[in-house]
Amino acid sequence: MNAIVKFSPADFASNQEVRWCPGCGDYSILKAVQKTLAQIGSRPENTVFVSGIGCSSRFPYYVETYGYHTIHGRAPAIATGVKLANPELDVWIVTGDGDGLSIGGNHMLHLLRRNLDCQVLLLNNEIYGLTKGQYSPTSRVGTRSPSTPFGSVDRPINPCSFALGAGARFIARSYDVAQAKTPDLLARAHAHRGTSFVEIYQNCIVYNDGAFEKFTSKKTAPEALLWLEQGKPMLFANGTKGLRLNRDSLVLEVVPVAQQDAQAAGVLIHDETNKTVAQLLLDMEFGAFPLALGVIYCEPVVAFENAVAEQNRAASAGKKRDLNALLRKGDTWSVEGETGGENGASATLQ
Amino acid sequence: MTMALSSNFLAERTPVPEALEAVVMRFAGDSGDGIQLTGSQFTLSTALSGNDLATFPDFPAEIRAPQGTTFGVSAFQINFGSTSIDTAGDAPDVLMAMNPAALKVNLPALRIGGLIIADIGAFDERNLEKAGYAASPLEDPSLAPYQVLALDISRLTLEAVKPFGLSNRDALRCKAMWALGLALWMFDRDRKPLIDSLQAKFGAKSDKLVQANIAALNAGHAYGETVELGKPLKQMRIAPAEMAPGLYRTVTGGETLALGLVAGSNLAGLPMFLGSYPITPASPILHHLARLKEYDVTTFQAEDEIAAICSAIGASYAGQLGVTSSSGPGIALKGEALGLAIMSELPLVVVNCQRGGPSTGLPTKTEQSDLYQAVYGRNGDAPLVVIAARSPSDCFEVAIEAVRLAVQFMTPVLLLTDGYIANAAEPWRIPDMADYPAFPVSFFDEPATDGRINPYQRDPDTFKRIWIKPGTPALTHRIGGIEKGFMTGDISYDPANHQKMTDTRKAKIDGIARFIPAQTVSLGESQGALAIVGWGSTFGPIQQAVRRARARGKDVSHIHVRHLWPLPRNLGALLRNYQQVLVPEMNTGQLKTVLRDQYLIDAKPLNKVSGQPFMIAEIEAAIERALG
Repeated sequence: MNAIVKFSPADFASNQEVRWCPGCGDYSILKAVQKTLAQIGSRPENTVFVSGIGCSSRFPYYVETYGYHTIHGRAPAIATGVKLANPELDVWIVTGDGDGLSIGGNHMLHLLRRNLDCQVLLLNNEIYGLTKGQYSPTSRVGTRSPSTPFGSVDRPINPCSFALGAGARFIARSYDVAQAKTPDLLARAHAHRGTSFVEIYQNCIVYNDGAFEKFTSKKTAPEALLWLEQGKPMLFANGTKGLRLNRDSLVLEVVPVAQQDAQAAGVLIHDETNKTVAQLLLDMEFGAFPLALGVIYCEPVVAFENAVAEQNRAASAGKKRDLNALLRKGDTWSVEGETGGENGASATLQ
Repeated sequence: MTMALSSNFLAERTPVPEALEAVVMRFAGDSGDGIQLTGSQFTLSTALSGNDLATFPDFPAEIRAPQGTTFGVSAFQINFGSTSIDTAGDAPDVLMAMNPAALKVNLPALRIGGLIIADIGAFDERNLEKAGYAASPLEDPSLAPYQVLALDISRLTLEAVKPFGLSNRDALRCKAMWALGLALWMFDRDRKPLIDSLQAKFGAKSDKLVQANIAALNAGHAYGETVELGKPLKQMRIAPAEMAPGLYRTVTGGETLALGLVAGSNLAGLPMFLGSYPITPASPILHHLARLKEYDVTTFQAEDEIAAICSAIGASYAGQLGVTSSSGPGIALKGEALGLAIMSELPLVVVNCQRGGPSTGLPTKTEQSDLYQAVYGRNGDAPLVVIAARSPSDCFEVAIEAVRLAVQFMTPVLLLTDGYIANAAEPWRIPDMADYPAFPVSFFDEPATDGRINPYQRDPDTFKRIWIKPGTPALTHRIGGIEKGFMTGDISYDPANHQKMTDTRKAKIDGIARFIPAQTVSLGESQGALAIVGWGSTFGPIQQAVRRARARGKDVSHIHVRHLWPLPRNLGALLRNYQQVLVPEMNTGQLKTVLRDQYLIDAKPLNKVSGQPFMIAEIEAAIERALG
């Protein structure tokens, strides 16, 4: 066996010049990913980053692993082929709100329902950056952009809610500058066997600056963010508020928590395997409610490539591999020597 | 020759089985009648009796079109004989019509003087009306130019299967088997292999139903044997054809293509990955390969055409042989990903089983109108290899060739076949894999000497780039669809580099002409008055038409082009040796345009886009016109 070499975050930085705009949220996410790769002991040669098109999809160039920068929206399909061909590879998909949910929405749906073992990092900046600022499928109603000078009128998609509906078994959410939290979240995503869907809010400094300010600024974050932890009460605002389930109407409500006594206030305990509560957490309207971050849902089932490999194995079991025999399967007959002629009885069934 | 010798067989009414050289038979009925199964069983019987044969299944796009309608008619034509058979035959000698609609649709094709066997039991008022007949054609003079045998096949079938207690509906569905039984008697065939085959194929489904079908088959046969019909029904005998010694089976193009891909990946030493999305008429390739997992085949039914090709590209990137199969509309969707495969310089086999177009077009009808799409149909200067199969047997060879070119030159290869080839059957002399040289793939794994990994370093002669599998230590690198630096593969927007890369991609594909066989003449001389140049499934009718014209002393030769891009190096010079060049195609002149463009020769078109293959007579007539 080879000696185990430990790689540092710097070892996962490629020699390519990073070409995102100065101040782009993608820098922080790249840093968090490189830190995660070192933390979880990734082997560069066994790791593949696959991406589509867009600012976030330049990601693979900057990570010192194998990388494939493909075409718009198709990274999930390419990654499926990579992983089915070699299940030993650790596959990461980096995509954006346009790439992953607009042009590639169909592939995302099917990746999630199949549950291919890979990590999906959906960098959501609620705008088309690389094409110079058109609104995206996650842009809020009224977004003014070159293609919507009077404001967008279509309702946005909630990426995590989409993932849950598509059958994802691991859903987490974070934001670009949450450096203290994101690497642990990504490590959890990596440990999960199946498609791990991680939405990361990412500030586009040029076309959508401040889109997430309401909950990411130091001032607003404590009141606005609810970091979920397995088995822990759903508390926010420094423990002074919590979420409770109204058992009559089956909706969540914010309740005050006195003297850190979550139990007395009836605050919900986070259970990652509860899909119903996950849906309620994702449906919370920001403002009246906090924004739920962390691992929202995690309930593993068999990964797609394992199911495929198992079926390939079972279907091949006990069968001999003999090409000449395969070509001769079914009804055959032989023709010998000179044929045709008057009696013509030379064809015989095998 | 086929037609000339068989044209009078029905006129002579001899009591002993009459010896004939070839017969064209067409079974026709409702799409739910089991006509295709009947046809394939008759084909098996024909093959086992040693005849050469070619078939043409012709069915509607609807699975169960409304019963009795003309657009719901399904037909199966077979041409079989004791001489070389290259097409399914121009005009049927015998038409088995299971209802009025089947008669109406297929009558125009029938040879004058040909025999109609009609199920009079299905010629009731309702069915006549649905077919658009005011009165039964069996009872008026409209069928006078033909011989008509009207039998109540429906009633005879119901009687034969009575002991099995089937519902009326199920019982009537056995009538195609009754007709098959009668056909077996007509051509003096052994029933046993078919009964064995039916039992093997459907034995598990419902014993009663299988037994009823076999009883219907036996009853049809017994009917021919015992009933003194007088004329025109009589037995005919076709002697076995002179065929090269060897082991044979009947195959469709869908089967041989799948087998060829397995053989090719085996010769390359690679596991195969097929990403595919169901589409008519390409789906049989997916169906066949899905059952061959023990040959290191993974099949993946993707969510759409784009995911199908992208997953195949992903598999090639990871070190397997990526394959995707589709038809014209699906290939259109794959266009952008084809560009990625060209840019990434990864091996990939893309099968286009062509059908009538544009748009949805004619899904179940054949055409060869995707040549422009294959050769030119992508954004940017995006060259790749295009080859085409000419027959079901040929699919095996062409599939191996596609795999060879893909892995030896790190390029996508478009393999063109069509709906006719995919569904038609013919005898296949089964090859021995020991006769095929292997072309094993080697992955690059040499550590970089100067710390610089160059995934786009190339063979100086062929320009083939190296193939590094992810998982290989110390060779991590990034590639993608953005233009890349000549050696490094890094993103490059340098103008001179883009010129160099575009030139290199073109030179790589052009250079493959040095590694494909020189163009040969299929039939005739390498110079003369007229060359008929064809590609794909027009091989059969062109070959027969040229053979007949040459027998009449015409100076005409047949050139069949398998490698369509790059073209064989000697093709231009060869074509210039003829005074005239005629290109019959089931499109509006696509190869004709390519040949004119490449060689500045005055190639003339002969076009047919009716969804039906060329008839031999149509090409013969064009030869006559050209040579005066």
